[in-house]
Amino acid sequence: MNIENPDDIKKLRKLFYASLILAVAIDFLVRREHVAFFWDKLHGFSAVYGFISCILIIVVSKVIGHKWLVKEEDYYD
Amino acid sequence: MINLPPAAIFILGAFLIPFLKGRAKQAYLLLIPVIAFTDLIYMQEGMHFVYKFLDYNLIFARVDKLSMVFGYVFVIMAFAGILYALHVKNDGEHMASFFYIGSSLGAVFAGDLFTLFIFWEIMAFSSVFLIWYQKEKAALDAGFRYILVHIFGGLCLLGGIILHLANTGSIEFGLTEYGSLASYLILIGFILNAAVPPLSAWLSDAYPEATVTGAVFLTAYTTKTAVYVLARAFPGVEILVWLGAVMAVYGVIYAVLENDIRRLLAYHIISQVGYMVAGVGIGTTLAINGSSAHAFCHILYKALLFMGAGAVIYMTGKRKLTELGGVYKTMPITLILYMVGGFSISAVPLFSGFVSKSMVVAASAESHLSLAWLMLVLASSGTFLHTGLKLPYFTFFAKDSGIRAKEPPLNMLLGMGFLAFLCIFIGVYPAVLYNILPYPAEFVPYTGQHISETLQILLFTALGFFLLLRHLAGTPTISLDTDWFYRKGAKAFVWFINNPIANFSKLTEKIFFDKIPSSLARFVRYPGEVERRSPVGTAVLLATIFLLIYFIIFIRR
Repeated sequence: MNIENPDDIKKLRKLFYASLILAVAIDFLVRREHVAFFWDKLHGFSAVYGFISCILIIVVSKVIGHKWLVKEEDYYD
Repeated sequence: MINLPPAAIFILGAFLIPFLKGRAKQAYLLLIPVIAFTDLIYMQEGMHFVYKFLDYNLIFARVDKLSMVFGYVFVIMAFAGILYALHVKNDGEHMASFFYIGSSLGAVFAGDLFTLFIFWEIMAFSSVFLIWYQKEKAALDAGFRYILVHIFGGLCLLGGIILHLANTGSIEFGLTEYGSLASYLILIGFILNAAVPPLSAWLSDAYPEATVTGAVFLTAYTTKTAVYVLARAFPGVEILVWLGAVMAVYGVIYAVLENDIRRLLAYHIISQVGYMVAGVGIGTTLAINGSSAHAFCHILYKALLFMGAGAVIYMTGKRKLTELGGVYKTMPITLILYMVGGFSISAVPLFSGFVSKSMVVAASAESHLSLAWLMLVLASSGTFLHTGLKLPYFTFFAKDSGIRAKEPPLNMLLGMGFLAFLCIFIGVYPAVLYNILPYPAEFVPYTGQHISETLQILLFTALGFFLLLRHLAGTPTISLDTDWFYRKGAKAFVWFINNPIANFSKLTEKIFFDKIPSSLARFVRYPGEVERRSPVGTAVLLATIFLLIYFIIFIRR
């Protein structure tokens, strides 16, 4: 395994996709012990929410950053 | 039986450091936390070291379960941090860290507000040296801003303590009724040290400028002491739930824009402390346990992360994502140890964050705070995104920057290895942590549902990361935080003094001491010879004018 070899990277990518599917599949088998909110009962909710969270954080941050926050490194000098 | 307050061991111990050399000094530095740990083990619950001062009781060791959790982790952290800094030749830096550790322990074990305040101030004034010893101009400037902000926070706290004393007549430090001006001021002092936005910019401004070894100490003590005092004084105060949830999200939003590796990690301190502050705000036994447990785990894995980033900075001389890359080839051990910290903070099962963060999140569910729950879980996705994926990817992999740095010195690796071991040990065997929590813990982290939810969140965060990878590389920029107000504000203030105020002052001087007297003098004494006027004559004239004005005002009243 060499992470700079394109063939190995492809293998890793397939493994990663397989683990995504597996994680959601397992969620259908898991017994629900704590149900505090309605979404706790939905299978695969965490996968969707995790993905949305990740995208949301990046997009919101980039938008705010571009509009106001990001400045050149010598801004305060 | 109890021999010494733990604070005294470090603070008195610091004075011997300059007199020792070489191996003896190194052994001595490591021995102090060992002595302190033994001291802690033998402490019994109750109030010890009570001294009468005026009409008040100063309590230097209030020992109960809450103070002990923080006491233990502070001393364990001291050992790891000192081991990591063992190669440092500068005695001043060792002494500063000893004073800082000692005063943090002093604040945690303080049973009254006076003692708390004194140690609170020593913390600020000793920790700033860990920044100043970095010696570059950026560090000196950031250190000055750091100390000024902490002086402001300390004054708020002092004002609150004095008002509290005036209202209640007691300086006892404990559960504080929220709602009076005194409690607001005390709370402001506390949340400033907890880095609650908008009072958080001192942290992300100063920590990344500290020395490689000093920053490791900084990450552990100031914010966690603040979490402790909040848990002691204000459990169940609802505003803390929302401040904490906002903090958790605030930190991860800023981390997206960050290019400096330690500043990225600093924003994650703010985010992680958000969980603890939210837990204190929820205030149930599960939540307070969660905040304490998370503070315990956070100190260990965040120090480990700062050690990993520090090792890269120490060996490569670079601190920005845009300048790093491909370092894994020559620093594989650093990478592995860093990743243990990365997995711990991301709450991967079998690592410490998994067994502590979940308590706070579960507490928010137990109290049916759906919005807080959603914010905290969103932030945990962001935590993995940056600390577990973005930072290691762009530092150790991504493009080959051509840097061929070696592994750091053995003592640094050992310090990291010690913390990495604890992170995994607590993750695998959480009972060791749960047994020392303030309340009896019946929490079970390893349930099928919890593991399944966590793995989905982590894996699909990774999916988002790889999909948007192109947009996530660092850019050579900085992002503005609330320190903008005082950094730009200070410049504006100085400009305001130098220009409008100074000009006005010159103008008035000219009018009152030159123009008016000379034109009046023309009529009185030497018509046509203004330049030769006598100063005495001017003074008499001015006095006459002022007396006349007084006279008119007097008559009119």
